[in-house]
Amino acid sequence: MSRISGGQIDRSKTLRFSFDGVSYTGHPGDTLASALLANNVRLMGRSFKYHRPRGVISAGSEEPNAIVELRSGARQEPNTRATVIELFDGLQAQSQNRWPSLKFDAMAINDRLSPFFAAGFYYKTFMWPAAFWEKIYEPIIRRAAGLGSLSKQDDPDTYDKGFLHCDLLIIGAGPAGLSAALTAGRAGARVILADEDFRMGGRLNAETLEIGGASGADWAAKTVLELGSMPNVRLMPRSTVMGAFDHGIYGAVERVSDHLAEPLPGKPRQTLWRIYTKHAILAAGATERPIAFENNDRPGIMLAGALRAYANRWGVAVGEKVAVFTNNDDGLRTVADLKAKGLDVTLIDARKGDEIIDSAGRLGLKSITIRRANGQTETLHVTALGVSGGWNPSLNIASNHRGRPIWDDQIAAFIPAPESIAGLTCAGAAAGAMSTHAALTTGANHAIAALADLGLNAIADIPQAEDAPLNLTPAWYVHSGKGRAWVDQQNDVTVKDVKLAKQEGFVSVEHLKRYTTLGMATDQGKTSNVLGLAVMAELTGKSIPETGTTIYRPPYTPVAMGVLGGRARGHDFKPIRQTPSHKWATEQGAIFVEVGYWLRAQWLPRAGETTWRQSVDREVLQTRKSAGICDVTTLGKIDIQGTDAGLFLDRVYANTFGSLAVGKVRYGLMLREDGMVMDDGTTARLGQNEYVMTTTTANAVPVFRHLEYCRQVLWPDLDVQLISTTEAWAQYSVAGPNARKLLEKLVDQDISDAAFPYMACGAITVQGTRARLFRISFSGELAYEIAVPTRYGDAMIRALVEAGREFDAVVYGTEALGVMRVEKGHVAGNELNGQSSALNMGLGKMVSRKKDSIGMVLSQREGMTAPNGYRLVGVKPVNPSETLTAGAHFLAKGAAALAENDGGWLTSVVYSPHLGHSIALGYLKSGDNRKGERLRSVNLLANTDVEVEIVSPHFVDPEGERLRG
Amino acid sequence: MANPLKSLTPLGHDAPITETIGAVTITENTGTALASLAARLGYEVEVASIAQTAAIPLPGPGRIEFAETYAAIWLGPEQWMIEAPFATHEDITAILKPIFTETASITEQTDAWVRFDITAPDLPALFERLFNYDLRRAGVGAATRTVIDHLGCYVIRRADTEVSILGPRSSAHSLHHALTTAAKATF
Repeated sequence: MSRISGGQIDRSKTLRFSFDGVSYTGHPGDTLASALLANNVRLMGRSFKYHRPRGVISAGSEEPNAIVELRSGARQEPNTRATVIELFDGLQAQSQNRWPSLKFDAMAINDRLSPFFAAGFYYKTFMWPAAFWEKIYEPIIRRAAGLGSLSKQDDPDTYDKGFLHCDLLIIGAGPAGLSAALTAGRAGARVILADEDFRMGGRLNAETLEIGGASGADWAAKTVLELGSMPNVRLMPRSTVMGAFDHGIYGAVERVSDHLAEPLPGKPRQTLWRIYTKHAILAAGATERPIAFENNDRPGIMLAGALRAYANRWGVAVGEKVAVFTNNDDGLRTVADLKAKGLDVTLIDARKGDEIIDSAGRLGLKSITIRRANGQTETLHVTALGVSGGWNPSLNIASNHRGRPIWDDQIAAFIPAPESIAGLTCAGAAAGAMSTHAALTTGANHAIAALADLGLNAIADIPQAEDAPLNLTPAWYVHSGKGRAWVDQQNDVTVKDVKLAKQEGFVSVEHLKRYTTLGMATDQGKTSNVLGLAVMAELTGKSIPETGTTIYRPPYTPVAMGVLGGRARGHDFKPIRQTPSHKWATEQGAIFVEVGYWLRAQWLPRAGETTWRQSVDREVLQTRKSAGICDVTTLGKIDIQGTDAGLFLDRVYANTFGSLAVGKVRYGLMLREDGMVMDDGTTARLGQNEYVMTTTTANAVPVFRHLEYCRQVLWPDLDVQLISTTEAWAQYSVAGPNARKLLEKLVDQDISDAAFPYMACGAITVQGTRARLFRISFSGELAYEIAVPTRYGDAMIRALVEAGREFDAVVYGTEALGVMRVEKGHVAGNELNGQSSALNMGLGKMVSRKKDSIGMVLSQREGMTAPNGYRLVGVKPVNPSETLTAGAHFLAKGAAALAENDGGWLTSVVYSPHLGHSIALGYLKSGDNRKGERLRSVNLLANTDVEVEIVSPHFVDPEGERLRG
Repeated sequence: MANPLKSLTPLGHDAPITETIGAVTITENTGTALASLAARLGYEVEVASIAQTAAIPLPGPGRIEFAETYAAIWLGPEQWMIEAPFATHEDITAILKPIFTETASITEQTDAWVRFDITAPDLPALFERLFNYDLRRAGVGAATRTVIDHLGCYVIRRADTEVSILGPRSSAHSLHHALTTAAKATF
């Protein structure tokens, strides 16, 4: 038997799909589960541990059994629940966790060996011998563990992330959610209604109940239509609210394209929304729970509500001869609905003492054994069985902030505690209000209350609906025989396993979970947690709430890693910053290096150069010989203005700035409050109350933040204004003996040494374009930095290169820059390591004691000024053919490589083409008076041990004659 | 003065480009000069008065205000970003400084930013996947600082169907990529 009349499927259209290579058909509106059942396929998977044949037990996201691999190739996705997969034409699904086939699974041998695999077996079995663990046990367990398999190919789809804002978020579009949305929407509130299903209406789509005289499903459809017409309401079907986070923020995954064979061009597969809401209503309904009995896991045995849903919503009869085993009146609804569909239904009512004690059928249910209240047993041939042990409110989200649910005897289930999460209330079955009338009423009332908080008046308009009680008498598991009764079907946890856990002392729910794996994996125990708890409660003689409960972390259902990453993948992982010369440098074939988000030219190879060293050596030599050009735009530029700007600089820099004349630049050293060096750079005085500070590239943002802190928090009384201008100006360094000659060709003003001496700055023009010129040098050569508005930066580099042609000027990258600064003994990132003082860097005299500045006092601490502390030194190999390695430590000759013999380390190492050998800067204990000493530089990682000589850190032009040239 | 330097747009073109993706148009705008204006300590009243005389609007937090030549975006307490036509105000600080003299600190910001003007019938639908700012609630004249793909940006609602994004110029390509990607995903 398969399709029967009715249901919300479009029978005018046929969709083709395959499962384990066999082709089937279904209709729009089907899930993979409903379509398979309609094709008489009950066997959909194998259980995790024992590889028991399993079929679908639910009709929703709680499904523990019907877990399949969806799609193929790079889009292959393991562990998807057949019950929530919306059928599309061409869908391909495979069963998983079986070999070689679903019907014949060799691993089912585990089931025969089950006495050896009871709960906790791996804690006991794999203990001895200890040496076996890494080589034998772990690989075996790893191979056996896990469900499904990955394609190991890159996901070809894209995922979005975004932000939504509303007054009221309603989670779940069943009767309670729809009622709340209608009430709030009509009152004009901004509402988001999210539901994990592709069709809104929740259980109303699975029931034959009436609302206001119409069928519940029709009322739902009509309500959704009205909500859809409201501009203030956003309907989000196929959207799972997966967690409640802080301050009214909820996470929701919208499955934008999962119902398509592949996403439309440009469209994401899924979107992760962060929903900012003032109030939220949890109306997620309830999840039915089974009653455990022996062999209660055969395909064809499912939750009674699911059996009813397949018949009512999808027009599928799982069997012609059906039984229903229930402890509550909701089970009777299944009986009535299935009978109305013309099926042969037998009721086994636990409340009357009737029980099912066993079932038969290897790959699918064939019969059940019933024990009547009078003790008589009988065998009934059925191919479908619906079981109802009651309903557990879907309170997961409400416990995300550790709110502990409370027990409700009326429905024998946990309900959310009031105010579990600020701003969240629960309505309908999620709050334990199980009738349709109660759902509609609580939904509307919670919406009214939420809106009252926002100053909006809402009116409830609640249609007529059934208000029948559940009439539940708790029945958790059937006490009979020695067979296995399944509690958690996904993890193969049985009543016996719970008993074993108790016997071995794992009574606390947290221990029970870890010992038996109850409630783990993809379904997180939605159908099994309370049942497991109830079994434990009975064994310990305590009540269920005394025994405990589990609370839930996000996510509510599994979330793909891809959607958590969003667009931040590959090239889009982070933004890039391009320098003004980027386009030109790309044309030259420059090699770029990432410096933060910046891409800087590292070196610019010329034809015939085969190694980076050839390019870098040429760039260095030619700069020192003639002229070199470098894009230095990345250095931070901070515009500092105000009548107290000079005083401000005196306080943030360790050296004096108040005396800096207009039109002059000075090198500045900035300390942290603890006296360590924070950053260095130059600051130019452009006007009476106007300065521009440069920072290192890496510290542009931290220094700006620091200055803002100083300005706003430390000295709000100072008249100082700050703004970053890093991006506003394209800045190039022009260095080398011919730097001035080169610039003179472009600059409209006199920049002779007399007119523009060392450390001068000022506004100039370049062929009429506004520009700034600074005579400063990092390379130690005669050098300038010239800045033009960034839009002219590309033209400027081209003009500089053209003007430099007659001098055979080069453009150099960061490698050459690094070589030249080490040759000159300038500190940079490796020396500015956050643990070094001005004294360490040989810049101790820069810290002025004549004024107060940040870090000045603490830089004078005893430990900071110890004469045997680290000092910056230059280092060269005694044998020039030997190469130094950065990070190597200083050891005295003959000293063992032990921490107590450590004398310091090499901070920066380069090859100096000027000197023809490796040179380095380093921090050496008492380094300032050890020039000429010979030590070893030892790097145990690189396995090097090189004899070195300590020299001045100024390898080139120590007197600074070149830069003043 | 031979060969004046030729300017490039932030996206590296000779002239601004416009891209149309479905109902969305994204246009690079290089026609606006920008300068930050911050009142000097104690001169807040004078700055307000001078600005009024000079027809430079100074809006409150979260807003932009437009006048005939100038528009201004609130940046922080007593601090604004002044907009003016680039064609007439390329050297904007040279124009503003004489107006405000020593009552305010003024800094050129024109080329610190890339400006994209985006038009679409439903702008919030586009931007809800780009930044955490409630554009549906923010009407015309709203202007705020926000973050798009790690980039600090200003979002300015110029009209019901027009938004400007000011982003860091060096990341113009990354920002443009984020905008076009979102446009393709949305419409």
